[in-house]
Amino acid sequence: MTEQNFDIIIIGGGPGGYVAAIRAAQLGMKTAVVEREHLGGICLNWGCIPTKALLRSAEIYHLMHRAAEFGLKADNISFDFSKIIERSRKVSAQLSAGVKHLLKKNKVTVFDGTAKLLGKGKVSVDGKTELKAPHIIIATGARARVLPGLEPDGNLIWSYKEAMVPKDMPKSVLVVGSGAIGVEFASFYNSLGAQVTIAEVMDRIVPVEDAEISAFVRKQFEKQGMKILTSAKVVKLEKSKTNVTAHIEVGGKVEKIVVDRVISAVGIAGNVENIGLENTKVKVDRGHIVINEWMQTAEPGVYAIGDVAGPPWLAHKASHEGVICVEKIKGVADAHPLKTENIPGCTYCTPQIASVGLTEAKAKEKGYQVKVGKFPFIGNGKAIALGEPEGMVKTVFDAKTGELLGAHMVGAEVTELIQGYGVAKSLETTELDLMHAVFPHPTLSEMMHESVLDAYGRAIHF
Amino acid sequence: MPLNVLMPALSPTMTEGKLAKWVKKEGDAVKAGQVIAEIETDKATMEVEAVDEGVIGKILVPEGTDGVAVNTLIAVLLEEGETAADIKAGAVPALKAAAPAPAPATPVKTVMPANTQGAAPQKTVALLPQKGGRIYASPLAKRLAKERGIDLSRVSGSGPHGRIVKSDLDKAPTAAAAPAKSSAPASSIDAKALADAYGIPYTLQPNSGVRKVIARRLLESKQTVPHFYLTVDCELDVLLKIRKDLNEGAADFKISVNDFIIKATAAALVKFPAANVSWTDDAIVQYTRADVSVAVATPNGLITPIIKDAANKSLKVISIEMKELAAKARDGKLQPAEFQGGTISVSNLGMFGIREFGAIINPPQGAILAVGAGEQRAVIKDGVVKPATVMTVTMSLDHRAIDGAVGAEFLQIFKKLIESPMSLIL
Repeated sequence: MTEQNFDIIIIGGGPGGYVAAIRAAQLGMKTAVVEREHLGGICLNWGCIPTKALLRSAEIYHLMHRAAEFGLKADNISFDFSKIIERSRKVSAQLSAGVKHLLKKNKVTVFDGTAKLLGKGKVSVDGKTELKAPHIIIATGARARVLPGLEPDGNLIWSYKEAMVPKDMPKSVLVVGSGAIGVEFASFYNSLGAQVTIAEVMDRIVPVEDAEISAFVRKQFEKQGMKILTSAKVVKLEKSKTNVTAHIEVGGKVEKIVVDRVISAVGIAGNVENIGLENTKVKVDRGHIVINEWMQTAEPGVYAIGDVAGPPWLAHKASHEGVICVEKIKGVADAHPLKTENIPGCTYCTPQIASVGLTEAKAKEKGYQVKVGKFPFIGNGKAIALGEPEGMVKTVFDAKTGELLGAHMVGAEVTELIQGYGVAKSLETTELDLMHAVFPHPTLSEMMHESVLDAYGRAIHF
Repeated sequence: MPLNVLMPALSPTMTEGKLAKWVKKEGDAVKAGQVIAEIETDKATMEVEAVDEGVIGKILVPEGTDGVAVNTLIAVLLEEGETAADIKAGAVPALKAAAPAPAPATPVKTVMPANTQGAAPQKTVALLPQKGGRIYASPLAKRLAKERGIDLSRVSGSGPHGRIVKSDLDKAPTAAAAPAKSSAPASSIDAKALADAYGIPYTLQPNSGVRKVIARRLLESKQTVPHFYLTVDCELDVLLKIRKDLNEGAADFKISVNDFIIKATAAALVKFPAANVSWTDDAIVQYTRADVSVAVATPNGLITPIIKDAANKSLKVISIEMKELAAKARDGKLQPAEFQGGTISVSNLGMFGIREFGAIINPPQGAILAVGAGEQRAVIKDGVVKPATVMTVTMSLDHRAIDGAVGAEFLQIFKKLIESPMSLIL
């Protein structure tokens, strides 16, 4: 077995791993990345990016149907399903190649293969090559969680992966779980004409979001023709050759629905198996590696970042953790632990959802006296001009200090707006700073201003 | 007639200083005795008070300005019925005369800086150096600091580029760090609130400026200076005999035991300068002269007048100087230069029968000697118990600047000088 020495080895080339690698290289470390499948990880190859490509096709298709509304003519609107999928794959391929180039440019050595921790700073790649480094970052990510009875079979029951590259367009789909992954697929298949049912075990869809946002999304989904079942438990899936009969328990009664395909989107599980954790003191709790605020595990010199280290399961959180972890290792003076409440989250269903910080209910639960502001899309000129009058911007402030505790948005392009509140929260602005800030006209962002004003009874346009 | 406010001198040698802060704005009404500005040198911050009632008509030197010469016109106070238009007439000549000493030869009244005059020392705020210029803090941190009465200039920031963020304030002490705002809510263990809650009868004595300064400086010292303590017993019998001889027949002075201690302290520092030091981040400051600050209790609180270069002064001179300084201290008439500075402190509670105690270092000094009572004790010498007059001295040291063995060696020299004091007289 050949042995090579590095300053740092990163296991996994996803948005956590490759960003950590580039930062480490920038800081002058001899850096290795071990990737078993494809650089860019799930995010770039089977997650965030290809789904955005799919959803863009669905959005344009949807807008084409609305052509007349804008004074345009379009006849015989249709789509080529395989071309939609093909485009999505091309986008992923392009970006994955981009990551490869970035790593090369930063002189990061990439090993294609499966890594295993051997203890004492050693990592094997496919049992053939041995790497050694004083610092090892585990960035192995996560995979779809599998519930008994809901196991994806690649044919009738899909995980996100099959749902992304179907051969044919199903006529009806049951989406189990209404987190970000679930509702994005629900929107995609619904836009292209499938009859979509969502079954959510909690009492509302997108349950991590603010309750008002959940209710708003539900109303919009139902308006688009989706069937929403909440407090609903899928008890049995009966498979035939071509379809599935789902037994869903809602309020004590079992409802049967027949669908072409089932998409299981019931959460994710960390990739902690077969990576040699048994050769270290690394602790695992409920499928995720236990870390401290500097991403250090119980084993000195071994760190974990991103999905494998627990929620929130977001690519940008993984990247940020990678940077913090490496900077702490190198003793960069300005390294700061990540504040979870400042991490925005975006969901690309139709309508889009974006949020940062505490929901109104969470804030109250934490004992804050809150001031809540809301502003609807219907009051915004740009939203009307875009033909997107459905949506809302909600802000939650600490009544005592004026601290922006949370912001919650639903509607067109809100995923591009949330970072305004993200910066505001990171800089610890108060309501006054936001009120004093000038928001350009005509933009959707004016609603962000109005929502803040509304929290203090000063909204102008509503 | 508009009143001129001039840049005050903190000490007779001060030629310029920094205008740290305007407490009042243009247009603010002020009463006599109200603080209108803060002046800073590297050693101290001093408040400037208005001596008359009026409205701040114009601020001529913006806050944060460095190197403002003493007696420069810094602001103009308007009396009742006057407007900004009156300023030009009154102020301009004074501006031109700003150079050496604008004696009030003109009818323009001069607002005297509070601290250079009369019973003012208690107004002098001698602080550890404050951060100058703009304070970087998040908007939320600024608001919380205001609400909690926290002085942001004393909070170290953990945010990007040292920016003060919310979490830094959670670590900052509130009431103690911001004595200027006594109305600010104290910590959870507020004595007054507890006394109210348990019905313990009490009276309130509002904190004087001096009390607040003492509280702040001692808290800072005890929290930020790593103290350690060395204790030594000194036999006084020879010293007492010599003292008696010296004082007998002397009409114009009476040397005290403390005068010997001051002299011995300075002489020991000169012999062993490794103990005559202060800590700074970049270097250890080793003084080449020994100035001894002597703690004096006054009705207003503790103050420490200085016997400068005590090693080169005779006991007689030290004794006479000390008497004058103590009297001035009690009357509140010490000039800042007479109590600011010093390279070591001596605190003596022997007259109260205190056997021994540990004192808090007076920053930026590196050490303080706490002197107990000289008392008859049984001393064993060569296996025989003998009576001797013994005084216990405990030295508190800043371990950043002085190591244990260094402090011990200093005390050895000090003890020898006290026990064989002839060299102090010669």
